[in-house]
Amino acid sequence: MQINGIPVADTFAEAFAMWGARVLITAENEKWAQAAARTMTGFATSVIGCKCEAGIERTVPAAETPDGRPGVAVLLFAMDSAGVGKRLVERIGQCVMTCPTTACYNGLTAEESVMVGGALRFFGDGYQASKLLDGRRYWRVPVMDGEFLVEERFGVQKAVGGGNLLILGDDTAAALAAAEAAVAAMQQVPGVILPFPDGVVRSGSKVGSRYKALIASTNDAYCPSLRAVAPNTQLPEDVGCVLEIVIDGLDLPAVEEAMRRGLQAVARPGIRQISAGNYGGNLGQFKIGLHALLNGAGETA
Amino acid sequence: MSLTLTLHTQPTVPLEADAIAPERLEGMTPDQISAVALQYGNQRAQIGDFFKVEGTCNGEIRVAGDASRVKRMGSGMTRGKIVIEGDAGMHLGAGMAGGEIRVEGDAGEWLGAEMSGGRITVTGNAGHMVGSALRGTRKGVEGGEIIVHGNAGNEVGSGMRRGLIAIGGDSGDFTGVNMLAGTVVVLGRLGWRTGAGMKRGTIVSAQPAELLPTFFYACAYRPVALRLVLAHLRNLGLPVTDAQLTGRYRRWSGDGVELSKGEILLLDVS
Repeated sequence: MQINGIPVADTFAEAFAMWGARVLITAENEKWAQAAARTMTGFATSVIGCKCEAGIERTVPAAETPDGRPGVAVLLFAMDSAGVGKRLVERIGQCVMTCPTTACYNGLTAEESVMVGGALRFFGDGYQASKLLDGRRYWRVPVMDGEFLVEERFGVQKAVGGGNLLILGDDTAAALAAAEAAVAAMQQVPGVILPFPDGVVRSGSKVGSRYKALIASTNDAYCPSLRAVAPNTQLPEDVGCVLEIVIDGLDLPAVEEAMRRGLQAVARPGIRQISAGNYGGNLGQFKIGLHALLNGAGETA
Repeated sequence: MSLTLTLHTQPTVPLEADAIAPERLEGMTPDQISAVALQYGNQRAQIGDFFKVEGTCNGEIRVAGDASRVKRMGSGMTRGKIVIEGDAGMHLGAGMAGGEIRVEGDAGEWLGAEMSGGRITVTGNAGHMVGSALRGTRKGVEGGEIIVHGNAGNEVGSGMRRGLIAIGGDSGDFTGVNMLAGTVVVLGRLGWRTGAGMKRGTIVSAQPAELLPTFFYACAYRPVALRLVLAHLRNLGLPVTDAQLTGRYRRWSGDGVELSKGEILLLDVS
């Protein structure tokens, strides 16, 4: 199967069951809302090393936020709901509460929820106060610029992490241009984030390592410099650069839609093949077939 | 079909009508509803003695006419809706735990006293003791919302523990007296001795006020929590202006004779 004359490998992306939350950050202006969101989503590229994956979902106009100020929606994913709760407390406490003028709201209606503001309130050292409005409790924590307002509980739901596309290009310039186009298209999909730097990762990994201490190591099958020596190289000739886009979403259809848009956008001159990463189907709960996506179908297994 | 009760005989003394609540009249025929007992002064009476009954109760009751001498409608109700097309008497919605009451007119004293949930909206004025504790008890409103578009009398939110009371006009003396927590918003002027004895909670006014000497000025700022509250009230139809929504408020902590964990926020009009 091809898109714009570019081969699409008959393979699948292997995705994992995760848990996700949506955090809505508002501030006096968009600059500070973005500052808090960027800080909160820093060092959150992979659960392997960061304990969570997070990214900016979208900017939220003032008219759509609870306090009428400019906002930014952030998605955060971890392997279980308790993990999401711990990471939210850490990151909202260290990255949002510290940022001037911000407030922080739950942005996800879900059956399950985790305590966030109810834990952060203790920073108020007894001076904190709460407001209960429309069944939702908000904590007012006194800080040096006034008050940090944070919602007591945040909704969490089962989610999907690790959807991915592999872009096999002639060289760095071609692969980067294609990846950037794909990221721009995929970021339009609600409910997904691309957790790596500006959505793109170059250090794709495989499970395990020859070194016992490591649980993951470089994906030698897709390293162009190892094509001559890697036992299972997957690279055609003339591939000089491989970039990956990883997608986490609040549900499978969102991840599939992002991958579908990415596939279309990435098919550009200088790309030799479009593929996806998997572990033989032995680890992840979801197998998202590339051909099935292009045929309009969803998960293949 | 909703139930309509049209007042055909004006009571000369207060009519105790706590039977008028959706959950108490559901499933009854008009004849059965007409026969429901009420207390009229020191005598027993029936709904049909004062009201023309039409329809059946599907969760909503409409009361038409001047019911200013009809007391305790909706008291203790937990669900459904009552719409009063006219004035309502004392203790409307007292102790209610859920549902909605809308008064298209004025309401009497003790509106929503000691309620714990639901919402009461009054398009006109309300009497004294809106959302307050009954005499001899310490806790007033423990949840829910009372929205009065006009003025209210004395002791709004007395002993309030939780919830939201909003007055679109002025409130009388002792607003928020002995408050334990919760929020009282007055878009107009506050009377004397606002917040006397309050432990925690928030009293807001969009007008200047003279406060007790046991309240201490902290700062002028824009609390985000207040924007949420005011935006919520605007969505409910209260005429909150942009200046009130986004303005700076002067914060006074008190009451100093108690915990000093309460606050009075006055819109900074300087």
